[in-house]
Amino acid sequence: MFISKVVLGIDTVKELLTGSRLALSRTITAIENEYEEASAIMRELYPHTGHAFVLGITGPPGAGKSTLTDKLAREYRKMGKTVGIIAVDPTSPFSGGAILGDRIRMNGLTLDKGVFIRSMGTRGSLGGLSHKTADAVKALDAFGKDIIFVETVGVGQSEVDIVKAADTTMVVLIPGMGDDIQAIKAGILEIGDVFAINKADHEGADKLQAELNMMLDLDGSMLEWRPPIQKVIANQGEGINELIALIDKHYTHIKETGLLVRRRHERIRTELLELLKSSIGSYITKNIVDSGRLDNYLSDIELRKNDPYTIVRELLNELLKK
Amino acid sequence: MMEKHIRVLVAKPGLDGHDRGAKVVARALRDAGFEVIYTGLRQTPEQIAEAALQEDVDVVAMSILSGAHPHLFPKVVELVRANGMKDTLIIGGGVIPEGDIPALKKAGIAEVFTPGTPTGDIVEFIKTHVKK
Amino acid sequence: MSTEKEKIQAELDAYNASVEKATAKFPERAHLPEQRLYTPLDIKDTDYADDISFPGVYPYTRGVQPTMYRGRFWTMRMYAGFSTAEESNKRYRYLIESGASGLSCAFDLPTQIGYDSDDPISEGEVGKVGVAIDSLADMEVLFDKIDLGKVSTSMTINAPASVLLAMYIAVGEKQGVSPDQLKGTIQNDILKEYSARGTYIFPPRPSMRLITNIFEYCSKNVPKWNTISISGYHIREAGSTASQEIAFTISDGIAYVEAAIKAGLDVDAFAGRLSFFWNAHNNLLEEVAKFRASRRIWAKVMKERFHAKKEKSMKLRFHTQTAGSMLTAQQPNNNIVRVALQTAAAVMGGTQSLHTNSRDEALALPTEESVMVALRTQQIVAYESGLADVIDPLAGSYYVEAMTNKIEAEAWDYIKKIDEIGGAVSAIEQGYIQKEIQDSAYKWQMDVESGAKTIVGVNKFQVEEKPVEGLLRVDASVGEKQKGKLAAMKAKRDNDAVKKALADLEAACDDTNENLMPHILNAVRVYATLGEICGVMRKVFGEYEAHTNL
Repeated sequence: MFISKVVLGIDTVKELLTGSRLALSRTITAIENEYEEASAIMRELYPHTGHAFVLGITGPPGAGKSTLTDKLAREYRKMGKTVGIIAVDPTSPFSGGAILGDRIRMNGLTLDKGVFIRSMGTRGSLGGLSHKTADAVKALDAFGKDIIFVETVGVGQSEVDIVKAADTTMVVLIPGMGDDIQAIKAGILEIGDVFAINKADHEGADKLQAELNMMLDLDGSMLEWRPPIQKVIANQGEGINELIALIDKHYTHIKETGLLVRRRHERIRTELLELLKSSIGSYITKNIVDSGRLDNYLSDIELRKNDPYTIVRELLNELLKK
Repeated sequence: MMEKHIRVLVAKPGLDGHDRGAKVVARALRDAGFEVIYTGLRQTPEQIAEAALQEDVDVVAMSILSGAHPHLFPKVVELVRANGMKDTLIIGGGVIPEGDIPALKKAGIAEVFTPGTPTGDIVEFIKTHVKK
Repeated sequence: MSTEKEKIQAELDAYNASVEKATAKFPERAHLPEQRLYTPLDIKDTDYADDISFPGVYPYTRGVQPTMYRGRFWTMRMYAGFSTAEESNKRYRYLIESGASGLSCAFDLPTQIGYDSDDPISEGEVGKVGVAIDSLADMEVLFDKIDLGKVSTSMTINAPASVLLAMYIAVGEKQGVSPDQLKGTIQNDILKEYSARGTYIFPPRPSMRLITNIFEYCSKNVPKWNTISISGYHIREAGSTASQEIAFTISDGIAYVEAAIKAGLDVDAFAGRLSFFWNAHNNLLEEVAKFRASRRIWAKVMKERFHAKKEKSMKLRFHTQTAGSMLTAQQPNNNIVRVALQTAAAVMGGTQSLHTNSRDEALALPTEESVMVALRTQQIVAYESGLADVIDPLAGSYYVEAMTNKIEAEAWDYIKKIDEIGGAVSAIEQGYIQKEIQDSAYKWQMDVESGAKTIVGVNKFQVEEKPVEGLLRVDASVGEKQKGKLAAMKAKRDNDAVKKALADLEAACDDTNENLMPHILNAVRVYATLGEICGVMRKVFGEYEAHTNL
């Protein structure tokens, strides 16, 4: 049964597909660490993906996203659905380390075999992160999870990119953020399909709702789907069922209008292009930079023995022949 | 291949609520560049082993100050190994009498850190002993 | 007068100039006070009558009683309890025979979190950090041959405090001691469980209800009982500074008083039974200043904020324990010296009762011999040192008075900040208090590791050491023993009566206007277990889920 992290292979895929949580876990590690085996695994898993509903959850720090995720997951479990959760927390730019503390709010789900939770750090490579979370989602999807949550702190563009890859994106806000709502408006407001105002028993919840309504009404691009707002008190479980109804409504909407197909089509397109770019990038790094050929080219160029244009043409020819 | 990030689960098994040490260690490990998954108080051995599995951690670090370590530490080792995680480094700390340490090590606890241990020693131990 | 001040200022300037070159700091003493010397200038704005005054006189800076230790010494109260009720009963009787003047019960973790010994979650924890109490049957054994009419008993119990108090009342009934004769304290301070100690059960709202129910019940039925011990001890143990210790604790105190007033109680009906619990840490003079500052702040809070009329409501009475987190596992005998200095701080700070830690507690529960040294430390300070000979002996020290002012000011800043957040409950829910404590704890650890702070035997003056022999071991079979006792008790009791009492309690929990104490007492009397009673409350109230910001 033992799977070495270095020798992930054909067995891993088989085990993952037959329900080994360890194989799933090690697959996500391979994805996260960009092990060479990862792409081979993903190739094998790909035909088994495309079944799960992916829900992105984002919002500012302290909005109660993990608690809300916990409560939503419990409700979906009651309906008999299996759940995967990917919780992304920021990596410290100083040390490269991170404290991934989302599980603490989901401890009640740990022993439920129908739930699989994985914490990920942003690890400074924000560009690659959306690609990694997307692959981790696929692993959970192939494993057979019905609903997959992807939770991030919505502070940067890259985190936004991550949740954008979801079928439905939920933005969580809380009262008392003051003028911050103006600041985050540009970033995450426009990606929300559903809005949750958490800690709705706190002062300012009504005001936040009114402001949010105003902003959403002003946005002309929302003719097809006007994002609804639901007040919740996550830690007391209030408003959770209503929120789920709205999520379902959105999912039905995108299915019926063909938006789901369009979104997934767009997602595949983006993924393919990015994979292509990053593969070419890795090829260049490995075969041209690391091998020392680049330095030779540089000195040739400096001595005017050769020029950049010729070299690029030659290299492209070489690459395309392979 | 990217440089591998060491992932550590920091957990408090048992019922005691003294998490000063666990939290200080969690921060120190973060500052040493590790990814720390902190699960908080009152974790059963089953919860710890399952979280270790889902997070595919390289290290499980536990703290107990109540004296329940002879029962709980070996239980966690047993469950983590039963999950197929043969290489995971499992370490413990807290108010643990010297005399208890040999039995804990025999049960599979790689090292036991008692009060007064500098966090740097824990970082070094992990770096030296973690299976890469 | 001003010429006098000018003269001192001139001389101080000259002094500072003359020693300027000698100020290069030792790197390992990075935590020295800003000034090397304190003078009358540092307390020039302190008014004796308003700010310091006399013992027993507002704002009680010098102590809450007029005579302090000239009347009687503090209560020497040794916290003890482990294994079964039989074992702990033996230890209590030994302590009373050795001159301890009050009991202090330590309960094991399952008891503190409301689980019976046979609950799967209790495995490995039964009888470990204190005595296991499952029902009234255990409590009867625990106080066997101890006259509850004479002894004063402090119980470190919080989330299920109502249940343990009910058991104590029921044991009293069996001994023929009426509730109004019972003396003692329950810790009953749930807020610091959320922020520092971790043995919570229910969410804040029902927890606050239980606490006000106890206030109300005791004011009528158990008038000599201290209904709460608002505790900074554990906040300090979790890593806070001295100012944070008293600030966060007094903010908790404010929350309890507000809750009780909101529940319709008159402030003077219960405030006199509120007590506090402080830590005696390593820095002796800072600690003395802290104790003095805490009295002054609480007096002002009660008078100015809550308009208390009775003097008793304004007096901050406190128990002290020496700092457990400052005990070192290295060279454990050094701990005797630390505890002696901490004892001196508590006594010069005017404590009402004191527990001294034993030298071996960084390693295990203390042995009887170590406990004896710890108790003797108190007795030596009381009878031999002279520290208890006069009241508030450090008053008037330029440094101690200036430090008292400084700690008070820092604490007020925190209290105001917490008020702005919406009070202690909100500040805890938002993780503010936890974060402040953790930051201080981390800073302390980093200072020790960098050598900026010296801990003798830990990061300086280390020696090769042999493992300590003869530590106390709690018999591993205690869990099984306790399970057996519990099963036997359940077979004997009137199970229909238990069922009825629990159903009645559940209904009472649902009705927020009902005081739960009489219902809990009824359940206890028919031998419903702690786990059963807390189980009912868990069902109605739910459980608190901690979230931690690191």
